[in-house]
Amino acid sequence: MSAISELSSLSRKKGKVTAEEKKANGRDNKAAYIFLLPWLVGLVAITIGPMVMSLYLSFTDYNLLQPPEWTGADNFIRMLSDARLHNSLRVTFTYVFVGVPLQLAVALLIALVLDKGLRGLPFYRSVFYLPSLLGGSVAVAILWKQIFGTTGLVNQVLAMFGIQGPGWISDPGTALGSIILLHVWTFGAPMIIFLAGLRQIPVMYYEAAKVDGATTLQQFWRITMPMLSPIIFFNLVLQIIGSFQSFTQAFIVSGGNGGPSDSTMFFTLYLYQKGFGQFDMGYASAMAWVLLLIIGVFTAINFIASKYWVFYDD
Amino acid sequence: MTTNLETLPASDKKSAGAGKPTNHRKPRESRGTLAFSRAQRTKALTKHAILILAGGLMIYPLLWMVVSSLRPNELIFREPGLWLNSLEMSNYTSGWSALTHPFGHYMINSAIVVIGSILGNLISCSMAAYAFARLQFTGKKLFFGIMLLTIMLPFHVIIVPQYILFSQIGWVNTFWPLIVPKLLATDAFFVFLMVQFIRGIPKDLDEAARIDGAGHPRIFLRVILPLMVPALATTTIFTFIWTWNDFFGALIYLTDPDMFTVPVALRAFVDSQSATSWGSLFAMSIVSLLPVFLVFLFGQRFLIKGIATTGIK
Repeated sequence: MSAISELSSLSRKKGKVTAEEKKANGRDNKAAYIFLLPWLVGLVAITIGPMVMSLYLSFTDYNLLQPPEWTGADNFIRMLSDARLHNSLRVTFTYVFVGVPLQLAVALLIALVLDKGLRGLPFYRSVFYLPSLLGGSVAVAILWKQIFGTTGLVNQVLAMFGIQGPGWISDPGTALGSIILLHVWTFGAPMIIFLAGLRQIPVMYYEAAKVDGATTLQQFWRITMPMLSPIIFFNLVLQIIGSFQSFTQAFIVSGGNGGPSDSTMFFTLYLYQKGFGQFDMGYASAMAWVLLLIIGVFTAINFIASKYWVFYDD
Repeated sequence: MTTNLETLPASDKKSAGAGKPTNHRKPRESRGTLAFSRAQRTKALTKHAILILAGGLMIYPLLWMVVSSLRPNELIFREPGLWLNSLEMSNYTSGWSALTHPFGHYMINSAIVVIGSILGNLISCSMAAYAFARLQFTGKKLFFGIMLLTIMLPFHVIIVPQYILFSQIGWVNTFWPLIVPKLLATDAFFVFLMVQFIRGIPKDLDEAARIDGAGHPRIFLRVILPLMVPALATTTIFTFIWTWNDFFGALIYLTDPDMFTVPVALRAFVDSQSATSWGSLFAMSIVSLLPVFLVFLFGQRFLIKGIATTGIK
């Protein structure tokens, strides 16, 4: 179904050769490689080549003007004592580990309410889905900057109740929270995936449970959750990978500097500043590899942990 | 989570009932079946109440931005409501010409990148997908696995060398760095989407064409492509929205205001604006969202299907 289940089934099926594949004369190497040519060129020139290059650069000092100078593990050692980098990691982790579960919880909740034959479902679905299409845009980030500003919409509403709200995005204590809220606001895409997943659960399971006198709560924990767990897992993996790379919102809301006092300095923002602000390309490459490593580790943890809570029907 | 599920409907029931008391709260003849349907009706009503409340909250900021863009500037900081006393178009006229070029210039730039990206993705991804879905070749599993992995690869890992590469061939401040990767099927998600789709097309059709003497190029062009129009539509729509919204790539490669696409132009606008021009900033933000909104209106079917089957974000 998904790219992820495809990947895990690829590794599971290893070694098993189907009859079709055994037929060596059934191969169309020439035709296949012609069809694959653009993709192969892209893989080498746009993906793998630059990856290898960036791994090399991460061990060098490079400012675009002079040729790269090999400095060994210097960049990585510098990272150990780079307080702004540590802060950017903390900001990013907070964003990912608060924003993603919150977003998925809201997505699941709304999907459950929307599920099964509610009148006006297409309309509601559109309303909830729209923000996730617009949420990545600069325009919505600008809107957010106003809404959570000192005299923004939120504080205007609060003022109607006589509450003087803080300057949400100018206060280091609440700035990140405002951006996390923007992430939660875009729950529409995972919600659609949840809706598709809920529709796959056979109705007879619930009917049987009802006959046995199971409560709504029991049905949720014993039927919905296990049946939906592969979808939850899939959403979790995708959202975590995506959120670690989040950039635009923090960039626009903070005016490009990750402020106030680095409270919205995402790892990617710091990477951008290092690479494209200060042209410290070696350091930026090293940071990029650290990001890849972090994402890889968390994805691996996710896959390992999934054995304990994800339920596969087959 | 569960406590929410259980308590939310209960607390909202009252407000829902209070809103429309006549229709659903009127006591009816109490026959067993009717009592059952009344409970169901209350449940549905509760659901609608939750959804209207939540949906309203979600959409309110967007509606407010639209309304605010049609108001005199100073009201943006004083008026949280949605009512309009008069239509003020001055924000749109002043915003349109607030930057070096009229805003239309940036929209044309964006349109060029978008059209190039769409064509690139349609051609390159469908070709790769045909190979993966229909042809047997050495290294297929390995390549397919790599393709799936690249879907999850963070862009940042390749951006520095990619920038160096493109700047060395003199492509900075051109649209090529934003379009050429699409011509090379680097948006692997669409390859995967199309592979999934082609797998669903009966193989008998290919076989029939082959018996008639058609080679792979012909089968691809005459049999598969016409049948995979829905997948191509989904790809087109997603490419449109993602490219139109793309900020990071444009930020890095387009530094000359002549070449700005809409997102970087807006960013230049927000950086240059004084506290008094929120109205025109809002107006241009809405202009920039309009194409995405229109695509959403007319292409929703494909969007929802696309997400549901492949899990695109």
